[in-house]
Amino acid sequence: MSLVSDTTERSLESYRITRSRRNVAWTGAGALVVVVVLALFPYIVYSGTTTIMLQGFIVLTLASMWNLLAGYAGLVSVGQQAFVGLGAYFVLIFAIHGVSPFAALPVAAIGCGVAALPLWWLVSRLRTGYFAIATWVLAATVMLIIERFSSIGGGTGMPLPGLSGFTGTLLTAYTYWIGLAVTVIALATMYILLRGRLGLVLTAIRDDEVAARSSGARVGLARMLVYVVAGVGCGAAGGVLAISQLQVQPGAVFSIQWTAEMAFAAIIGGLGTIEGPILGTAVYMVLQQTLQSYNAWYLIVLGLVAMAVVLIARRGLWGLVDDHLHVRLFPVGYWLWTGERGRRRGERAKGPRHRLD
Amino acid sequence: MAWVNAIIQGVLTGGLYALFACGLSLMFGVMKVVNLAHGDLAVVAGYVAVGVITVTHIPVLWSFLIVVPLMAVVGYVLQRTILQTALNRSVLTTLMVTFGLSAVIENGLLQFFTANSRAIGTGLALVSDSFKLGSQIQIAYLLVVIFTVAVAVLLGLQYFLSASKYGRLIRAVADDREAAQLCGADYRHVFGIAAAVAFGTVALAGIAYGMYSQLQPTTGTDTILLFAFAAVVIGGLGSLWGTLLGGVVLGVAQQIGAQINISYEVLAGYLVFLAVLVLRPQGLTARRAQS
Repeated sequence: MSLVSDTTERSLESYRITRSRRNVAWTGAGALVVVVVLALFPYIVYSGTTTIMLQGFIVLTLASMWNLLAGYAGLVSVGQQAFVGLGAYFVLIFAIHGVSPFAALPVAAIGCGVAALPLWWLVSRLRTGYFAIATWVLAATVMLIIERFSSIGGGTGMPLPGLSGFTGTLLTAYTYWIGLAVTVIALATMYILLRGRLGLVLTAIRDDEVAARSSGARVGLARMLVYVVAGVGCGAAGGVLAISQLQVQPGAVFSIQWTAEMAFAAIIGGLGTIEGPILGTAVYMVLQQTLQSYNAWYLIVLGLVAMAVVLIARRGLWGLVDDHLHVRLFPVGYWLWTGERGRRRGERAKGPRHRLD
Repeated sequence: MAWVNAIIQGVLTGGLYALFACGLSLMFGVMKVVNLAHGDLAVVAGYVAVGVITVTHIPVLWSFLIVVPLMAVVGYVLQRTILQTALNRSVLTTLMVTFGLSAVIENGLLQFFTANSRAIGTGLALVSDSFKLGSQIQIAYLLVVIFTVAVAVLLGLQYFLSASKYGRLIRAVADDREAAQLCGADYRHVFGIAAAVAFGTVALAGIAYGMYSQLQPTTGTDTILLFAFAAVVIGGLGSLWGTLLGGVVLGVAQQIGAQINISYEVLAGYLVFLAVLVLRPQGLTARRAQS
């Protein structure tokens, strides 16, 4: 009893809760500047550079979605390539029917979200390892079914129609902008969702699923929402991929390599923070560009680094940054302040920092 | 007659799938680890067998005498080091680590041994010969041998788990780790033993698949791991003989699919897997799975 009244009194006295140690407005302004500068890139740099950066945008979108699944909802999916492939194929199907691939992209992404519902129904009962392999089998099944339709290229795939009206430079620029837009929307959506009720429910599930359930948190619904959002994000990335490659090949778009890349980028950067995958994607791009002439080596190195990070620095590179500098660019948790000004006491009341514990 | 043939072939292939699956099932049953690198390790075992045969010129069939103990040691070491460290963190960590391992092995094989496929014992009479039942049914000796080996492995595992000292320890640790520890069992060592046994079966699976078909760097995931998992789910999680039943159901479904149209082979197997997942998520041998 005394403990309870004690806490209440003290909280009335001098406790204060904020989202961040610093003012978020500066981060917002900074993010805006970064996006504007990135948007100007096609005017500044060679198209070779924007092509490489587009690849980074695709991986960043995918890695953020995987982070949402594994880092926040505890769903280690090894079958996200199903949505990459579906996104690419939805864009292709619309393009065959005369819709511009750029206009088809949002519809394709939403289509992937709709497709995620029945897939979720199939795997929702499974947990951890069985969930992981079941999503993998699902992705393989989706690919095998799509390969049955010869009108969309069958087993060999087909080139993406509807883009012949663009000149090379213009097409590269448009593709770059749409890739940038997809990435910004993906990150913004994640930030808004995690600051809201969904973030609260996911944190509650992370801490104690049974307690969350009995307090009225709709655990199943929250997980489903995350799975659907990840489906939309991966689908959009798949659509961008189709546009940038100008052709859709089942073996390439449904490759397990996509899940490997998104998972490794997210793990290396740090799961459970929005910043982690951004840092992880940067590491990925550096490795990939340095080792690209050595075939599969970049994936080997990436896999080894990811394993090492999981075993040694489990919060990833951003976790190391956060530990030393206490910086969060996208704060979704809370800070608890005591009366003594400027000194932190206790810890974040909410925030996915120990997500993997 | 063609359908009877498909069913017989399917049942026999089921033995191969059970061989894929029993190691996965054992590791999940004891350590709650789903080893996503399971199939890739089988492919590694197959490649090692190819190497061992080329270097030492031992008879092809006896290569398992070297490869199985070797993989068992690999399993013990892997469990005591990486997997145990991951397990101390969380189950999700083991998934990420084994997924990383899977990608590293697969791309490593691709890098060092190219994407070319390899087979074990090509030209061996046992691999290529078959006998006829009636006029239309042709059964390969190799499939019969693999099925027999699978049944023998399952019998051996059952005997090992129920009657031997380490088997009892493994069951005790799987049931209640803390209680077993209080009685003086070092659960880490027991986990290592279980992993060694599982990796032994993985080695057999890799060699068997290398004889039955061709090994490629990607075989480990797109065939062995996924088929093994489908067999485990169809048969019922955590049931040893369920893996054989699951393997047989998967094999028969694939052969019937192939009978309809050769390109439906793999898809038919997955559709049966999904149907079981929806209609009977506890698997076909539910009662045993619960015990």
